[in-house]
Amino acid sequence: MEMEKIAGRSSLWDAKPSPYCPGCGHGVVHRVLCELIEEYNLADNCVFMAPVGCSILAYTFLGLDVCQSAHGRTPAAATGIKRARPDTFVLAYQGDGDLASIGTAEIIHAANRGENITTIFVNNAIYGMTGGQMAPTTLAGQTATTCSNGRDASLGMGNPLRVCEMLQSLAGVTYLARTTVHTPANVIKTKIAIKKAFDVQLKRQGFSLVEILSSCPVNWGMQPVAALDFVDKKMVPQYPLGEFKVGGVSVTPGA
Amino acid sequence: MGERVLMKGNEAIAEAAIRAGVQSYFGYPITPQNELIAYMSVHMPAKGRTFIQAESELAAINMVYGAAAAGMRSMTSSSSPGLSLKQEGISYLVGAQLPAVIVNIMRGGPGLGNIAPSQADYFQACKGGGHGDYHLVVYAPATVQEAADLTTKSFDVADRYRNPVLILGDAIIGQMMEPVVLSESTPNPPPKPWAVGGIRNGRKPNLINSLSLEEGVVEEWNWLFKAKYEEIKKNELMVEMLDCEDADLILVAYGTTSRICKEVLRQSRARGLKVGLIRPITLWPFPYRAIAQAARKTPEFLVVEMSLGQMIEDVKLAGLGDAAIHFHGRPGGGVPREIDIREIIEHVLVQKRAGKIATRGTVIDWEIS
Repeated sequence: MEMEKIAGRSSLWDAKPSPYCPGCGHGVVHRVLCELIEEYNLADNCVFMAPVGCSILAYTFLGLDVCQSAHGRTPAAATGIKRARPDTFVLAYQGDGDLASIGTAEIIHAANRGENITTIFVNNAIYGMTGGQMAPTTLAGQTATTCSNGRDASLGMGNPLRVCEMLQSLAGVTYLARTTVHTPANVIKTKIAIKKAFDVQLKRQGFSLVEILSSCPVNWGMQPVAALDFVDKKMVPQYPLGEFKVGGVSVTPGA
Repeated sequence: MGERVLMKGNEAIAEAAIRAGVQSYFGYPITPQNELIAYMSVHMPAKGRTFIQAESELAAINMVYGAAAAGMRSMTSSSSPGLSLKQEGISYLVGAQLPAVIVNIMRGGPGLGNIAPSQADYFQACKGGGHGDYHLVVYAPATVQEAADLTTKSFDVADRYRNPVLILGDAIIGQMMEPVVLSESTPNPPPKPWAVGGIRNGRKPNLINSLSLEEGVVEEWNWLFKAKYEEIKKNELMVEMLDCEDADLILVAYGTTSRICKEVLRQSRARGLKVGLIRPITLWPFPYRAIAQAARKTPEFLVVEMSLGQMIEDVKLAGLGDAAIHFHGRPGGGVPREIDIREIIEHVLVQKRAGKIATRGTVIDWEIS
């Protein structure tokens, strides 16, 4: 009896080894994105915006048009592409250093203009590519190479920045959600959220963003399983999961 | 031919860009280029094209990056402090080989400076500005007509070499009104098979990028850029030479100062003094050869700039050892006066450099120090 194939590697992802460290969430997020692009048949007009950060090398294995832009400027460059070619599907991919630190102005204003792009914001609470420095999203007390005794707001290091809460008030934002990929059930929820974000762009309804909590075992100095536990026990309480905006209307996550 | 109209330089540049087929304009307000962004805000949307007042110059240049990556003719404009902010994006445009047109209507600096005319961004425009080895094609218009014509040309040149082009004006070029005839030519941008927009019709994925961590790749890219720059030097150099054949002293100036120098030339010739003028129209590529050849025949050169002396370094490089090179400049928004330039010419040609010269900003026998 011939078996029907119901799951497999996306054809958009070259059969190359993943460039990511063991236990990193980027690969899971990429897979979800590739599956959705295939399900929606979007590859023909999709531009993937690669940021400065670990995922900058996405172009080496994704079978998509890729535009890589300067650190933090992805929302501006994505705006340029979408306005120049409104028929393209613009998928902006950013990390926490990129989006929540150097590129805060660009993300806020792209969101506020209601740019019809979809942003995938991977928050792993640390700078990965440069070797584990403190990020705006680093938790209080969490250590990094630039806060070796732990992040301490009383020492002028700032507080963990909540991006979804910050963007929620902006009228240009149509869909906003925070998810995580540290368990299979949450990966499915992530896919559902990204699907809703895609729908917003496809229906030309404005700006959509999904923040995804992700683990970085190497720079956190943890074993992968411990890192997943850190997401669950430490990150989720600081960064509550759920939808923040649906159809342009603010909702309270978990309510 | 189009109609002859009276326009400000900023507006003429904007209208010329629209006629050259600019599809996307991204700007941020800064004096003295505000008429340009205001003109675009009305006329771009009216033609169904993209206009965005960006949140910053950084965002504006990166929007240009995106629109250029999507294969559209794109443009931004600003003035000196804004150009400093755009340098990051300009370096990335070069690195990713994206065509774009950038306008700098220069004002006095450094810092916030003032809003008066200046030519103090010559180094920034011609010697880099952003990081990495690169050049922009730099046009220096001297009239509103030339500002319009060079804008038209800029889009073709940017597309041809896949490199950004800079139009370097100043507050006078941007603000003054002059008659201008705008051409009706039909824009004809080349096909851009490298642009991103999705893997339509089964083509291979395109990549807009300036990064490679593989050994030797970025070096190879730089050699490719170098080859491009040599082509640009060969094909795109523009210089005006006036009364240089029999000259005893040649003035070298661009943009607004070249207009002042032209009038000084006329007055000097009327008094029997053999004065010539070399006016670089492209500041990069720079007319080294034209100046070197002239320096073999003409013993005295006087460079006039609205700066403490920037282009003079290139004039010195061209004329080194052959001619005496003098300088007169006014920084921080000062505009050189005809009377001062005449006094220097008198000092050099009539008094044979006898005695001291009191004119501020003047250096006889300028030396690289």
